[in-house]
Amino acid sequence: MSAVSVRNLWMSFAGKSPVHVLEDVNAEVARGEFVCIVGPSGCGKSTLLNIIGGFLHGTSGEVLVEGEPVTGPDPRRIFVFQENGVFPWLNVRENIGFGLRRKKEAEKEGIVRHYTEMVGLTGFEAAYPAELSGGMRQRVEIARALAASPDIIYMDEPFGALDFITRLKMRADLVRIWEHERKTILFVTHDIEEAVQLADRVLIMSQRPATIREVIEVNLPRPRDLDSPGYLEKRDRIFAAMGMSLGVG
Amino acid sequence: MESVVNGTRAETARPAAPRAKRDWLRLALPCGVGLLFLLAWDLSVRFSGSDLFPKPMDVARAIVELIQHGLLVKYVVASLFRVSWGFALATAAGVPFGLVLGWYTRAAQAFNPLIQIFRPISPIAWIPVAILWFGVSDAAPIFLIFLASVFPITVSAMAAVRNMQPVYVRAAKNFGLSEWELFRQVIFRACLPQIITGLRIALGIAWLVVVAAEMIAVNSGLGYLIIDARNAGKRYDLVVAGMLMIGLIGLGLDMLVRKLENFDEVRWGYANRS
Repeated sequence: MSAVSVRNLWMSFAGKSPVHVLEDVNAEVARGEFVCIVGPSGCGKSTLLNIIGGFLHGTSGEVLVEGEPVTGPDPRRIFVFQENGVFPWLNVRENIGFGLRRKKEAEKEGIVRHYTEMVGLTGFEAAYPAELSGGMRQRVEIARALAASPDIIYMDEPFGALDFITRLKMRADLVRIWEHERKTILFVTHDIEEAVQLADRVLIMSQRPATIREVIEVNLPRPRDLDSPGYLEKRDRIFAAMGMSLGVG
Repeated sequence: MESVVNGTRAETARPAAPRAKRDWLRLALPCGVGLLFLLAWDLSVRFSGSDLFPKPMDVARAIVELIQHGLLVKYVVASLFRVSWGFALATAAGVPFGLVLGWYTRAAQAFNPLIQIFRPISPIAWIPVAILWFGVSDAAPIFLIFLASVFPITVSAMAAVRNMQPVYVRAAKNFGLSEWELFRQVIFRACLPQIITGLRIALGIAWLVVVAAEMIAVNSGLGYLIIDARNAGKRYDLVVAGMLMIGLIGLGLDMLVRKLENFDEVRWGYANRS
């Protein structure tokens, strides 16, 4: 059974002039797989992820997660938001432990310590998000998601607001964490390099109304060498696929 | 276990806001202006030849007189007692009510028109009604202070919910919070900085209103002192002494609420303020 399957999903936003965002999207994500969704900005990638995450509802078609239709957000699948959903009124420790409300104190403490260390924030447990850099805040959110022990993590351009160097480092760290945890990750980005660096498979979306135009298997060993011919070939294939989709519009 | 991430510390934390520099002008300038004001006051009373309006020294003597009779503490306590009760009741009612109105559109649609009609009615206009209902007792000014502060508190809590970043609610829902947990742990916490700003405004209004209420509805407190000193013998030195105390305590109350803004749990909400 797939972790996520999207079948004939259509989505329009109603209004005076309805906006058709998704047109017959079909996709499968296997358990433990790292899948990136790329596409031109404004194409509906985020909308698709929000429907899969249960924050929006499609107009027609179905989304199954672990074989069950999605009816709303679910603690078994945690969303990492583009605009950073870390709570500014809680410190790092409290934020990371947020999804562990029902756990016993001792157990919770151990889990929080483990993930604080994994994202490299040991020593910052008592800091508040306003005192942290953008990259560190995004680390807090990733640790908060991991600590809740979800089956799937949805990431909506989580590194989009970070500077170039921080973004590179966050990607490398995310790959390492993923190899360690083997969660299913569905990752939306407009950055092709990012997709090739991270994903097992890349789903390429067309312009709006969007559909999945092409699926590219990356199949390169991690950590990936950004100068290797294999990497460059995959990257160029995605560029070509994206260019094609742009040309159609 | 060993960290799987290296070199994270290179991303440095932003330093905390720099502490205000020790700047002697910061203290000297307001003191200078204050002294000039006292001097101008003193001279203008002397030149006008008024024998009713007090000079600064007369006011100082009046304050000493009030202290010696034990009236200053008594009246300040009386006024603060009324403000505390009225304001506490308004906070207890206004914050939850405002959060509910902000969160449930239907509740706002139902209640907002009524609130907007009540809100512009000056609490002073309620004084006759308060006397009718509560007589000459502490309950009358407490009721007036409640009325004066409950609307700004409610409206600021409501606005806070509406301006809240939706991502916090989405994250909270993702973690499976119940409606009650969502209110207590997320909506309330996210709105707290703005709620505190609303409380500050409301407390300022409450302090204005208690003085007015005490002039009519009771026979103690700083407002009563002012009206009594005038009626009982044109003691304008006591009148001005009362005014001065009102100003100083009002400043003190505002500073007290401002202190709340320094807590870590809410400081993020005032990021752009020095």
